[in-house]
Amino acid sequence: MYNHQKIVKVKSVFVYCEITEEGNVAEVSLELLSKGRKLANELSTSLEAVLIGHNIKGLPAHIFPYGVDVVHIADHKELFPYRTLPHAAVVIDLFNKEHPEVALFGATSVGRDLAPRVSSAMQCGLTADCTSLEIGDHFENKTQREFKNLLYQIRPAFGGNIIATIINPETRPQMATIREGVMKQEIVDKNYSGKVNNIDVSIILKDEYFAVKILERHIEQSKINIKGAQVVVAGGYGVGSPENFRLLFELAEVLGGEVGATRAAVDAGYIEHERQIGQTGITVRPKLYIACGISGAVQHRAGMDQSAKIISINIDPKAPINAIADYTIIGSVSDIVPKMIKYYKANSK
Amino acid sequence: MSFRIIVLAKQVPDTRNVGKDAMKADGTVNRAALPAIFNPEDLNALEMALKVKDQIKGAEVIVLTMGPTRAAEIIREAMYRGADKGYLITDRKFAGSDTLATSYTLFLAAKKLLPFQMVICGRQAIDGDTAQVGPQVAEKLGIPQITYAEDLVSVTKNKVVIKRRLERGVETVESTFPVAVTVHGSADNCRPRISKLLLRNKHSRTITELQTEIKDYTELYAHRPYLTIDEWTVEDLDAEAIKLGLSGSPTKVKKIDNVILVHKESTVLSNDDREVESLMKELIEQHIIG
Repeated sequence: MYNHQKIVKVKSVFVYCEITEEGNVAEVSLELLSKGRKLANELSTSLEAVLIGHNIKGLPAHIFPYGVDVVHIADHKELFPYRTLPHAAVVIDLFNKEHPEVALFGATSVGRDLAPRVSSAMQCGLTADCTSLEIGDHFENKTQREFKNLLYQIRPAFGGNIIATIINPETRPQMATIREGVMKQEIVDKNYSGKVNNIDVSIILKDEYFAVKILERHIEQSKINIKGAQVVVAGGYGVGSPENFRLLFELAEVLGGEVGATRAAVDAGYIEHERQIGQTGITVRPKLYIACGISGAVQHRAGMDQSAKIISINIDPKAPINAIADYTIIGSVSDIVPKMIKYYKANSK
Repeated sequence: MSFRIIVLAKQVPDTRNVGKDAMKADGTVNRAALPAIFNPEDLNALEMALKVKDQIKGAEVIVLTMGPTRAAEIIREAMYRGADKGYLITDRKFAGSDTLATSYTLFLAAKKLLPFQMVICGRQAIDGDTAQVGPQVAEKLGIPQITYAEDLVSVTKNKVVIKRRLERGVETVESTFPVAVTVHGSADNCRPRISKLLLRNKHSRTITELQTEIKDYTELYAHRPYLTIDEWTVEDLDAEAIKLGLSGSPTKVKKIDNVILVHKESTVLSNDDREVESLMKELIEQHIIG
């Protein structure tokens, strides 16, 4: 294989941090820093963050409390908004110098554009859309070799019919992308402090990296806040039509919640993609999740199985989602949902 | 000046319609039980390539696909819709490729078609949903990338303007050539088959396919050499063997778990009004709602 490293001591866990339109560190990056801290503890190593943008000198102070030991910062006016080649050049240069053990990226428009480019240049493995990360060992039968403390990159695969544990035994960094909402944000210590490494970008950036020019951008604040909702009313293919989805909106409104959907419902054109919950959508942990006409493919469950209470409404008593539901109501969405609205209104103050 | 557009396309098992017989008893996937289809976003990519061809006089669209013999179906399908030519990259030595080994193989194949202006592919394939191969091919070719393309705004012989679909908005970007583009499913659907092209290309076969044909195509092919779909194997690609297939794939599957649901103690209710009402009362009392 390629980039063999003589591993003397375990190198650091790196997290590429995204910068929002408002100039803050993105939520998904804070989540990855929190997970990265735990992985670093298990590996007895440090957590390092990469911040690339413009006018971001104040941001390290915001992320140290997540347990960050070193912040590598590249601040230049050409580095915001994000463009693939300049960001990739900075990250690749840094990784070639620092040899990270693990490198995590958000599975976002930015992370999924950048991480494969970096992995190709580093000739190392990358696993997309992980739903869980663990540290563990591996014994390779063919070569009779043992690998200690690898990153287990766990994700549903093949249409959600299997769960695969992927490892990169020989190449470094071990790279993964993770969706927003999958990992929990946790501040380690509000007084936690680390070092700042200012990257000199003038020696890295070349004119040819700016071949792609941004002519226009319209980035909207997400109007839909499913992630923060206490109640999520989600619909699957079984809802049957965009009209029936209106019932879900009515229920969500009276309960003060939001409407989500499965990929099948989105693909069928019942509802917009922004509401998709699951491995390739949003991950939610509401107090109450009402699954309407959802069969429960593992990719969907990956985005909602941490909900405190789950109600499944389904005409099929054998729908897989019923197995993780606290309550299963056997019936059609168009019959049950109006009853729920009626009896909620009748009984609430 | 010639203008060449390479489309990377993949034949995939239709994971959206996985039936019960698609899973073997040991929890692995029975690929043979799934219909093989043209990866949906690669069809969006083909449409974008054909739109470029519509606007640039003399432009040609060449499809590259990597896979077993039957993946030649993808090339014929693309030619029915307006692609000029296709190559099937096929060799047992490619088996077990992860995205890095796949992108290395596609990079070698694309390099054989230099000079080209654009490499266009779907954002991701539905059997993996990784969205990695496009950017990885671009990196190996040393060319810029435009991911999540939704609309071809304009194209000339010197530059292209493309609208990208991002999570929370859109971005319009301009690039000179060469450039790699990955196309999002929200882009225009592919145009249908054109009957003239269907008639012209329906007998297109790879050498391997011809060997299994009952009919003798020798004379037809002598008159219409364009019907031959070329196959490229490892020998044609000038590859470093260690970077191909399983040995070129740094990611390994440690284990595969069948999906087993941990059963919660679930209360089953009917659609009876009283049962629904008592559930809503219970949720209100527990302060879960209201």
